[in-house]
Amino acid sequence: MKRLSRYRRHKAAAPLLLFFALLTVGATFSVASATTSAETTSADRSVQIEEGRQIFLKGCSSCHGLNAEGMQIAPALIGVGAASVDFQVGTGRMPMADMSTQAMRKDPIYNAEETAALAAYVASLAPGPAIPSESSLNYERDGSTAEGGELFRNNCAMCHNFAGQGGALTQGKYAPTLMGVEPKHIYEAMVTGPQSMPVFSDKTITPEEKLSIIKWIKSAEKEPNLGGASLGRVGPVTEGLLGWTLGLGLLIGVAVWLAMKAR
Amino acid sequence: MSNEIEAIKDPGLPAHVHRKADTDPKAAKRAERQVASMFLMSAFGTVLLIFSFFFIPDDVFVFVPILGNQNAHQLGLGLGMAISLFFIGMGAIHWAKTLMPDVEVVAQRHEFRSTDSDRKDFVSAVKEGAAASGLGRRSLIKRSLGAALGLSALSPLILLRDLGPLPGKELEKTTWKTGTHLVTDPGNRRIKASDLEVGAVAQVLPEIEDPEHRKLSDIAKDAVLLIRLRPEEFNLEADRLAMTHDGIIAFSKICSHMGCAVALYEQQTKHLLCPCHQSTFDVTRAAKVIFGPSARPLPQLDITIDDEGYLVARQPFSEPVGPSFWERNSQ
Repeated sequence: MKRLSRYRRHKAAAPLLLFFALLTVGATFSVASATTSAETTSADRSVQIEEGRQIFLKGCSSCHGLNAEGMQIAPALIGVGAASVDFQVGTGRMPMADMSTQAMRKDPIYNAEETAALAAYVASLAPGPAIPSESSLNYERDGSTAEGGELFRNNCAMCHNFAGQGGALTQGKYAPTLMGVEPKHIYEAMVTGPQSMPVFSDKTITPEEKLSIIKWIKSAEKEPNLGGASLGRVGPVTEGLLGWTLGLGLLIGVAVWLAMKAR
Repeated sequence: MSNEIEAIKDPGLPAHVHRKADTDPKAAKRAERQVASMFLMSAFGTVLLIFSFFFIPDDVFVFVPILGNQNAHQLGLGLGMAISLFFIGMGAIHWAKTLMPDVEVVAQRHEFRSTDSDRKDFVSAVKEGAAASGLGRRSLIKRSLGAALGLSALSPLILLRDLGPLPGKELEKTTWKTGTHLVTDPGNRRIKASDLEVGAVAQVLPEIEDPEHRKLSDIAKDAVLLIRLRPEEFNLEADRLAMTHDGIIAFSKICSHMGCAVALYEQQTKHLLCPCHQSTFDVTRAAKVIFGPSARPLPQLDITIDDEGYLVARQPFSEPVGPSFWERNSQ
């Protein structure tokens, strides 16, 4: 012990101590949360809703209110439907990491079962858009790429970029990239209109048309960059940046070399 | 001290410093090798281009740091051509700079004025030519030539007509009329008010008899964006509120700044943005401009429902849609 205490004023002592403390807390938490997920295996609907309520009280109610009635910092969740919960929690946007301008996509905090329980609980509060079933999302069979492209250019391209790469909105908000997003989550986003995104009703863009949009996004995702560098597929911005910095830099370098007298 | 300023003496040219290659044969040999290796580099570039063209399939991708996955075929072609051209130029200049003669040469400029005898000869040649053509005597040729030259000047003037005709009242008219149904774009389906949830948007066009042959020049004026809010969220004058239906408000989608499609709608802030120049319109205040270069709000379409509950236009747009034009009455 005496030997250890000799090092207590060492430079690395404080960071090391902090590291071990965090490790201990993290390990305890993960053990604790693992036991929660093990509990939610029951298929019984009312049990699932009750479990969803428990998760909600622990993880969501501090912002959304004890009865999902909403508070100043977060909207009410009554009537948003299961699809909304599945999108926000399933893509890791909720719970938010911090109160920044926009909830970002990250690794989901809750696993599939916990997400389903949360969705079931929120759906039980009031009717809302349901999670689309696996069979209704067969976009390869039911969608049309050409029609999807037309719909995408008309409805989605202004925010998400003409190649689905995402784009800037106002005040630090942005439309995220659509590359690598699950078809289910794209569909849920169109139906529920998360955050800045508006709702695209089933009557104005039918479910088949939504599948066409998904099919087009998936085909854009697979599109190889046959012409060379994609430069993020955001159009003239990166092309111009590269031209001005790399191209012009090279030209200036050559010009300086040209004018230099040989020794 | 005298007030006269002493003239600064002409310092003359600095002494000529010889290059290493001029004095040291080893350095000259080295410069020669450098030039040769640049030319060889260029030859390698051309070989790379030819190799990429014939032997690298166009569906092979390689990873390049920073730039990401690249098409190897295109990369080989581009790099090959860049290397072959760049190093020819570089080698030539390095050659000139290090090995070609390095002495200053003075070349005197001569006078621009021609000699008197040249000038005299020129004047007499012109006079002789004028007399030989006989224009003074043959008036038929003179007049027909004048007519031909005069007429040929008309053709460029005639082509200027392609700048017109003036659009007249075309820019002020759209396809929207009293009772025109709103239909989805694409799809051409009529829309019921109940089809839109709160927070929903829809891109709509006026219903026409032959939607397969809708003119692009019409879409460029007719496109409309439907947005549904909670009715209490509106902050409108009474006459503007009367133009909405149950929380559904319709604006021309054509930006009043430069005519881009304004459809970037932020559901939470109820702001409508133009993706081209970031003009921002507040939907709750009849598309009032709150940011950006646009000078006026987007024109609002007066909508209501017909007997069957489908959304229709109650009247055409009351002002021209889209950007300003010369004859537009901006009152």
